[in-house]
Amino acid sequence: MEEVLIEESESGNSCTDEAAPALIAVHPTESSVVVAVGSELRVFDLKGDSAVSPLDELGGPHHSASIRAISFSSDGELFASAGDDKIIKIWKTDSWNCIRTVQSEKKVSAVSISQDSQYVTFADKFGVVWIVSLKEDRDTKAVPILGHYCSIITSMKFSPDGRFIATADRDYKIRITVFPRSALKGAHEIQSFCLGHTDFVSCLAFVCSQDQSKGFLLSGGGDLTVRLWDYISGSLLYTCALDDKAGILEASEIEENDKRAVTDICASSDGSLISVAVQGFNGVMLLSCDLVAKTLSFVKNVSMEKSFIPTSLVLVSSKERLWTVMGASNLTSSDLNNNNQRLLTRVRIISFLQKDPLDSCSRDPALLEDSQVPGGEKLLMQLQGCLDAAAQEAAFAAAAAAVRTSLQNMMIKKQYSVERRELRKRNRNDKKIKS
Amino acid sequence: MSATARLPRKRFYRARAHSNPLSDSHFPVPICPSDVDFASHYPQFSGNPMVRFADVGCGFGGLLVALSPLFPDTLIIGMELRDKVTEYVKDRIHGLRPTNPGHYNNISVVRTNSMKYIPNYFHKAQLSKMFFLFPDPHFKEKNHRRRVISPHLLDEYAYVMQLGGILYTVTDVDELGDWMKSCLQNHPLFEPVGEDEITTDPVVKLLTSATEEGQKVARNGGQTFMAIYRRVASKED
Repeated sequence: MEEVLIEESESGNSCTDEAAPALIAVHPTESSVVVAVGSELRVFDLKGDSAVSPLDELGGPHHSASIRAISFSSDGELFASAGDDKIIKIWKTDSWNCIRTVQSEKKVSAVSISQDSQYVTFADKFGVVWIVSLKEDRDTKAVPILGHYCSIITSMKFSPDGRFIATADRDYKIRITVFPRSALKGAHEIQSFCLGHTDFVSCLAFVCSQDQSKGFLLSGGGDLTVRLWDYISGSLLYTCALDDKAGILEASEIEENDKRAVTDICASSDGSLISVAVQGFNGVMLLSCDLVAKTLSFVKNVSMEKSFIPTSLVLVSSKERLWTVMGASNLTSSDLNNNNQRLLTRVRIISFLQKDPLDSCSRDPALLEDSQVPGGEKLLMQLQGCLDAAAQEAAFAAAAAAVRTSLQNMMIKKQYSVERRELRKRNRNDKKIKS
Repeated sequence: MSATARLPRKRFYRARAHSNPLSDSHFPVPICPSDVDFASHYPQFSGNPMVRFADVGCGFGGLLVALSPLFPDTLIIGMELRDKVTEYVKDRIHGLRPTNPGHYNNISVVRTNSMKYIPNYFHKAQLSKMFFLFPDPHFKEKNHRRRVISPHLLDEYAYVMQLGGILYTVTDVDELGDWMKSCLQNHPLFEPVGEDEITTDPVVKLLTSATEEGQKVARNGGQTFMAIYRRVASKED
């Protein structure tokens, strides 16, 4: 196990300095797009072609600290956001009103909505997954349903048929648990463990065969691999190592002992198109999955401008578009004349529309120019905070480094000096929520 | 007589009674059960040996040594967090084997944190018995999460156990006894083993007599509290 010795820092809590990556989520029909950066939720309604301000019930700021997880429900009617302010907010996407605010005891690292839209689950930084039912009274407290002992859950997804919930942690494990009908009583029946990653697991994506008969799971992690699993049995079907893939390791850009990691993954539901974000790579890696042969293969890299290292990806299958965002909670404009220190993000889209519908091989990914982006300048202004993000290269490079450092800090358990540990124990806040 | 054939003396293996299961100790962790070289633990057993009994927190190995002759064809593993104590058990087993030819080949010990790594060692439904003898009570409420029996961890123990497999717990701390019984009672995948079955199970009396902890409690005339539960199928259809 790797350890990092923490030095005494001058400014108390180092967590507030951690750069949280920007996240992107798109409605299944692409009717709206959300970018979460820092504590802001930036929403653009593509159908109505306008920026939207989500309204929480108190009219106040939606979140007061970095948002760490966002998710649409599969039918797109609900949206959940959660993060370092220990609050989970659930929004109706037609009106962008907050219909429920849930309190967590600890900071939240993942959030997910069940396939029937009845439940919202969230994982706290102690490895416990909690649940609320949207049918119950708004003031009802969340209850725990499962736990990864003493680990941090990095990704949580429901299987497409809703029968299982997959949770991945920083201790190299993926757990597949039966999601029962009486979910509020807990999810106690473990279907399998998908064990094989040799470093933290950072992201998960489900794929299934055409006839829905077999279910597969993709995962990416700190060991720079993407793995294909039969999640019913937990067997590792294929491992795709990304470290030797065309051109991603440019020697001049790597520092000594630099550990690369897969940071995000998304896949078309049939696995034919898999997009992967890798730390330090300015673009997206494309893989493909053959569900019959049960293999993964590398397709190609799509490079973007220098320093654009995507922090979050989402594939809109219906429109054959991959939306990517780059940003961080500490990335502000380096323009000294600009007093408005708005957080910057950069949104880029790759289109997979086939040139020739009869020939699937002619599918060539095309990186869209800003002028071709759905929603155009209005969308970019709302989600990016500016229109000249491309010119802010230095700021983006610094943000990429900060995000990488904060990911490493989260994934590797800190080793404190004896004095520091005693101080932390004294100040620990373990208070349970009084029920 | 060679050093390995002598039985170890406890005073050379002093260790603190309590170990913090939350801190990451420096021992190798297998990535998955197939990676564990169980064959090297049980050299007299050929083929692909499957461990069936696990003694979680085996301490100085008292239960392992007592179980070994009762189940000579069953592979039993002890799991212990403390380094020195694990070494003691290893040396104890290596001392017993040559002086008792044909015996004690079915027991072994591994140093690991059972609260984090049980799924790394055992396949689904592999074990038919799991033992939790005199676990650390972790009295303070803020330390309850360090208890080896908890609602979340029972999910993992249920996963590695066969249907019908039996989980044994015993303690001399009544509050901990209540806690463990309550966790097991409330868990949908465990049901209490009936009294009549408990009286005929040869393993039960070992819970209080086989280990150093159990013997100490008996010497002091203390009471012990057992909770013995069977792994059952989920009721949900």
